[in-house]
Amino acid sequence: MSLEVDHVTKRFKIRKGFRSSELVAVNDVSFSIQPGQTVALVGESGSGKSTIAKMILRLEQPTLGSIKIDGIDSREGGMRNYRRLVQMVFQDPFASLNPYHSIGHHIERPLRLHKKVSSKQETRERVAELLQRVNLDPDMADRRPHELSGGQRQRVAIARALAPGARYLIADEPVSMLDVSIRLSVLNLLARLQREENLGVLYITHDLATARHFSDEIMVMYKGDVVERGASDDVILNPQHEYTKTLLDAAPEPANHGKLRQEVRDEHLASQAK
Amino acid sequence: MTGPAPLSTPDLAEYMAAREPVLTAEHMTIDYQAERPVRAVDDVSLVLNRGEILGLAGESGCGKTTLAYGINRLLKPPAILRSGAVTLHDRNGTDIDVVDLVDDELRQFRWDKVSMVFQGAMNALNPVLSVKAQLADVFTTHRPSMSKQERQAASEELLSLVGVDPARLTAYPHELSGGMRQRVMIAMALALKPQVMIMDEPTTALDVVVQRGILREIMRLREQFNFAVIFITHDLPMLLEISDRIAVMKAGRIVEINTAENIYERPQHDYTKQLLSSFPSLLGDRGGFVRGKEEAHVARG
Repeated sequence: MSLEVDHVTKRFKIRKGFRSSELVAVNDVSFSIQPGQTVALVGESGSGKSTIAKMILRLEQPTLGSIKIDGIDSREGGMRNYRRLVQMVFQDPFASLNPYHSIGHHIERPLRLHKKVSSKQETRERVAELLQRVNLDPDMADRRPHELSGGQRQRVAIARALAPGARYLIADEPVSMLDVSIRLSVLNLLARLQREENLGVLYITHDLATARHFSDEIMVMYKGDVVERGASDDVILNPQHEYTKTLLDAAPEPANHGKLRQEVRDEHLASQAK
Repeated sequence: MTGPAPLSTPDLAEYMAAREPVLTAEHMTIDYQAERPVRAVDDVSLVLNRGEILGLAGESGCGKTTLAYGINRLLKPPAILRSGAVTLHDRNGTDIDVVDLVDDELRQFRWDKVSMVFQGAMNALNPVLSVKAQLADVFTTHRPSMSKQERQAASEELLSLVGVDPARLTAYPHELSGGMRQRVMIAMALALKPQVMIMDEPTTALDVVVQRGILREIMRLREQFNFAVIFITHDLPMLLEISDRIAVMKAGRIVEINTAENIYERPQHDYTKQLLSSFPSLLGDRGGFVRGKEEAHVARG
């Protein structure tokens, strides 16, 4: 029982005028996620992180290789049977909820589509239960997205992802659109749910600090390749690949406040002295 | 309505005394006129020193962008400046009362003395004009005596200043990467060598590595031209690294203001402490963050 990404490659055709070329978005990547495990996928924009997420969710087909979840191949069988196992929490909670529908509707729909409920009464109960699981008041079911804050919306998105009974969650930058002070509570919520439900989580981010503290393992992607992987603390405290070092240098470290300012000042003075 | 003054520590007075102010905002109060008026900025006073990077930290809706617009006279109805004064202490020794400027005076003041890098700068460039046309526009408006050749030379110089190949002058915004567009925006704000630049979330949508490059560039240019920066963001870890001084804003008020070092080492306000504890350190402790398995550990132990 695990999520297996096996030698997956994704190429996109790019047409420029009459010429066409190929972009290798993901190059021969393999990894697995066990239930209860969090794997962080870090890298710059365009490195292929989201393409991997899309392939796992069956929104894109891999060019080569295969993806299996608990033995079910991503290219075989019905979509619903597969998506029952893996769900996504999208980056932007202001865009991922439909403004016309109530919060309850967002959670009811996956429950009904995946046949998790058989009566109206049961649906209501399950919706209330799911909202409580993400620390929201069950009365929220009647509200609409615009009445909720960003953090509340992202909790709804998490409840929606849990509704079909998913065993694996793909969280693509789940907190980057949220205010700093509520990011932690949403991540802590994800961590609690993961523990309670023994979920496997792929946490896609460019924030190395939360990647380290939130996940068991970190994979670093650069231009379609996984260039480094290992236990979180090892990758952060003892990086091996040059690109990982570059990423680490670019991450703000509040404890080093003033260092960057001094560095730039020294460089400027040195260049003037020349 | 006056509330408590921003918290601080006594040594800030010493820091301020050693510097010369370039911009002073006093008792700024800004409302959004709706059925029930909303007070977005509530009696805020702020001094910006020459060549200083002042970080303005706060969450969405706390009034930081509104305050910046108020300082730069960019408020549009329903926003209205209820009271307050803004004074720019010009390089040549004269004081300009920004709130009283009208028509041509205002046009001359804007961009020349105080320029702005707007939020969502990724989309702030005009998509149907080349970079060249957009840069030249600044010069034709503010420096009408410049010849075409001079404008061309000045635009090329600006691009190389911000680390963009001057050959890209003829490019259109969609042909540039996000980081390059951002650099063009900064070049544009820099065009008239202003004394103050207001930057509203200038790097938020960018990749960390690109973001780092641009922050370095801003800081390097600051060393070179000695302009002051009001840097608005909710990213406190970033502010701690680049700012000389940080003001923390909450619900329309500045609740704490101090040097970056003091904000980090000796925060006074509970809200500042809360902000500081809400991001985990990269290399240090876990802070308020608990990984699933270990929390279970603690609960059991």
